[in-house]
Amino acid sequence: MSTPSPLHAVHEALGASFTDFAGWAMPLRYGSELAEHKAVRTAAGLFDLSHMGEIELTGPEAAAALDYALVGKLSAVKPGRARYTMICAESGGVLDDLVVYRLAEDRYLVVANASNAALVAAELVSRAAAFDVEVVDRSAQTALIAVQGPNSAAIVREVTGADLDALPYYAGVAATAAGHDVLLARTGYTGEDGFELYVDGALAPDVWRALSAAGEGRGLVPAGLACRDTLRLEAGMPLYGNELTAELTPFDAALGRVVKFDKGDFVGRAALERRRDADVEDKVLVGLVTTGKRAPRPGYAVLDAAGNRVGTVTSGALSPTLGHPVALAYVPAATSGPGTALSVDVRGTALPVEVVELPFYQRPA
Amino acid sequence: MIPEELRYTEEHEWVATKTEVLVRVGITEYAQQQLGDVVFVQLPEVGDRVEQGSPIGEVESTKSVSELYAPLTGEVTAVNDEAVEAPDLLNSDPYGEGWLVEITIDDPDAVEALLDAEGYQPLTRD
Repeated sequence: MSTPSPLHAVHEALGASFTDFAGWAMPLRYGSELAEHKAVRTAAGLFDLSHMGEIELTGPEAAAALDYALVGKLSAVKPGRARYTMICAESGGVLDDLVVYRLAEDRYLVVANASNAALVAAELVSRAAAFDVEVVDRSAQTALIAVQGPNSAAIVREVTGADLDALPYYAGVAATAAGHDVLLARTGYTGEDGFELYVDGALAPDVWRALSAAGEGRGLVPAGLACRDTLRLEAGMPLYGNELTAELTPFDAALGRVVKFDKGDFVGRAALERRRDADVEDKVLVGLVTTGKRAPRPGYAVLDAAGNRVGTVTSGALSPTLGHPVALAYVPAATSGPGTALSVDVRGTALPVEVVELPFYQRPA
Repeated sequence: MIPEELRYTEEHEWVATKTEVLVRVGITEYAQQQLGDVVFVQLPEVGDRVEQGSPIGEVESTKSVSELYAPLTGEVTAVNDEAVEAPDLLNSDPYGEGWLVEITIDDPDAVEALLDAEGYQPLTRD
């Protein structure tokens, strides 16, 4: 039996199709995911992301505990700001990618993927044991509502009254919405300007309704997880389970920049130093595009001009915005330059593809 | 929505009897709901021999690829080019304009062995 989101009744009333996602019953789509995708690109979409994990660390050594537990330097993050980072195993493998908010000098919020939330919470408890910090898993009672798209700022401004000009990308502030306390962040996973509101689950329906009402006349539509995936793919953003796995280090995933060695010891340090200094041919995460309608899918082989397998597709779909297939794939550095001609084995047919720079889609400035 | 007059397969395809030997095939309302927006359809060619249970084409949505299977053995006598041009017809009208192929079947009695609406209904419970 899947756990319902605090907004389940709201989604049912909207006629959502649900999908089981990491033990949660979440809206997959409300009508057409292509229409929802388009609304996010041209107006705004309202997402329920309550399946995400939220773990709070509070105490005088919260910063030191996270510097030890994660690969990033969270002590360097200023209060009110957020950072994209990862938690790795001793072996250096990526256990999850995270967004961490520094809420105050001594208080952080770690946001984990739903599929890894329990593992991340358990790891944080054990890794923080020697530090003066309290770790509390708030995933079950915390709802997360995202408003994404070019009209999101107008909608969020109306509901919260917050000064959004003072809220840059990857920042979070305390705010009120529908009379309730929320954490308002300017973050997202769609490639658009957007906001995420963390709120107590019991109060989430009020906040959802207030945002819906403010979205009337601004093109806001409820948007499900199906379009979230095509939106993040067009924006070239990695998805844990596809581009990131426990078998890959951040360096293997071409995200070595998130590992900060200019701090004390941290879990995975020795393995990650070895990997950084190893004389191995780096794989590169690249974008592939092709013509037609048939998309490379996760697991399909990437072939060089001679037909040899050189890499693997990790994500792929017909891009709703661009109208042609796009895919992410790991290939050797030597075949990763934009313009390189490769092909993908699409169920027995070699489909010609071209390497392009990421992201596939960038919002107009 | 499971029309009473059609026959069904466990692969969520419907079969309509046009004449004793001619059937029209498509995917069900349940199938299109499960797929989401259909963006690509590949169909066999007119004249192709097809065998019951064998793959004869593909239906791709934004998220997934599904094979299309021949519900009966016979020869393809028509394909719906409009559904290839506008795959969203499979979503908007799966039993009508979103039909996929017509097959002249070898054995008219084989239709009776397919699921009827009552037999198909349990396969559409989530």
